[in-house]
Amino acid sequence: MEKTKPTAVALDDATVAFRLADARVYTAVEKARLSIEHGEFVAIVGPTGCGKSTLLNVAAGLLRPASGKVRIFDQPLTDLNRQAGYLFQADALFPWKTAIDNVAVGLEITGVPRKQALERAQVWLTSVGLGAFGNRYPHMLSGGQRKRVGLAQVLIRDPKILLMDEPFGPLDAQTRQIMGNLLLDLWNADRKAVLFVTHDLEEAIALADRVVIMSAGPSARIIGDWRVPLARPRDISEVRMEKDFHALHREIWSVLKDEVMKGYAQSSQAPAGAA
Amino acid sequence: MSRPVLLLCQLLVAVVVLGLWQLLATVPIFGRMLLPPFFFSNPVDVGSQIVAWFSSGVIWKHLLITLWESILAFTIGSLGGVMVGFWFARQPRVAAIFDPYVKMVNALPRVVLAPIFTLWLGLGIWSKVALGVTLVFFIVFFNVYQGVKEVSTTVLANGRMLGMTERQLMRHVYWPSALSWMFSSLHTSVGFAVVGAVVGEYLGSAAGLGYLIQQAEGVFDVAGVFAGMFVLSAFVLLIDFAVTLVERRLLVWRPDAVEGRG
Repeated sequence: MEKTKPTAVALDDATVAFRLADARVYTAVEKARLSIEHGEFVAIVGPTGCGKSTLLNVAAGLLRPASGKVRIFDQPLTDLNRQAGYLFQADALFPWKTAIDNVAVGLEITGVPRKQALERAQVWLTSVGLGAFGNRYPHMLSGGQRKRVGLAQVLIRDPKILLMDEPFGPLDAQTRQIMGNLLLDLWNADRKAVLFVTHDLEEAIALADRVVIMSAGPSARIIGDWRVPLARPRDISEVRMEKDFHALHREIWSVLKDEVMKGYAQSSQAPAGAA
Repeated sequence: MSRPVLLLCQLLVAVVVLGLWQLLATVPIFGRMLLPPFFFSNPVDVGSQIVAWFSSGVIWKHLLITLWESILAFTIGSLGGVMVGFWFARQPRVAAIFDPYVKMVNALPRVVLAPIFTLWLGLGIWSKVALGVTLVFFIVFFNVYQGVKEVSTTVLANGRMLGMTERQLMRHVYWPSALSWMFSSLHTSVGFAVVGAVVGEYLGSAAGLGYLIQQAEGVFDVAGVFAGMFVLSAFVLLIDFAVTLVERRLLVWRPDAVEGRG
């Protein structure tokens, strides 16, 4: 890959704080330093409530850090991140639009004529395996099918960066594997920079080039960064059998375990605000 | 219960009620009429009154007037409700300023406005339309306001991340959401449009179903009052059926499209 390509996403000591109702300040993420190269697939793993999603929202421009900088392809991020596509954890499809309209809308708003937009949307629906479901409304689709539509909706705009917030979280184990393989196939075609948030370490290792671990919140920090030595292209269910996979899993888990216990202890004491 | 059996039972209820009514109003029991005809009339008289109205054709004029008033009240009230609802939801400061006044006006039983409207707009259809508008407006207004305010934050963030401008968000996100809330209250608001029209007619007019009932009452024609009531409820049922058809068409995307929320 070309060396000249600038870093896709760079967080320089980004600290994110929220003002609580009683005027105290809650620091969600403290001095996060993270960079994602062009074409790199990075997974962020951490215990529940550690601010993984917060970090993603900072990269998306939906949240502004209290201190520190965010740079997207070497440009400081001041508004929404126009280079990024965001796949949300919760249902984010427009419920009043059919599947194909949901996919086409991303093109339509940039001024592509409706007919062309629908044609391209049909191609994308087919590539996520839903070619025959274009006229269904979101409530007529299963959870996995909705995620596929969401993926097509984001990818049709051809964003340079893909931000994913536990996108397969609500799905069952088999569907998750199928979705993971679908994601890897699509990503392999043009290798966007991906920032993938999950609480599932196995999923992270199976998908990513790098796995980043966060500590339990509040004031969560990045406490580890591992390169995944597994060859591509990968098959999610097969890669889990490999020796390197197990070795890396054990290594990361030894660090992550303490944080998970800490996070669990905290969330069972006080009603945690954010997931 | 199978459908024919259910239908049969439903029919049975009507037959029993009407039969009892006819019996108690015409046959003295122990020398006493339990339903004195002067106050209760009887189904045969009520039925022949309805038949007379339809066969002579006088009823059509009244039905048309009431229908026209209801349609106008519904249209004007909905348009106003949608616009103000949108405006308030997008401008929280305006909403905050007007909040106590909106509550005050909404707390007022609308019937007391009828004399004012009659003074302002005369005895024609517009005083009835105005009464209906005050009823419809608030229902639509509150629903649209809620609809715009309660757009899912995820869907909204998704729209933003897909690159929508404020105007495009309006068209693709806020507007459909508000409309869905408005349509979910369609039955209620259409019903209130009819209520406004009929109550207005009853309180002072020269035509319409409310006028018909009021006239019959004025000459102690109980059969006429009952006949007016039956025609009115059939009229509302028909309108409600039409609304259901419209709703099915417009809210296909919603899982609970048929029930509605209003």
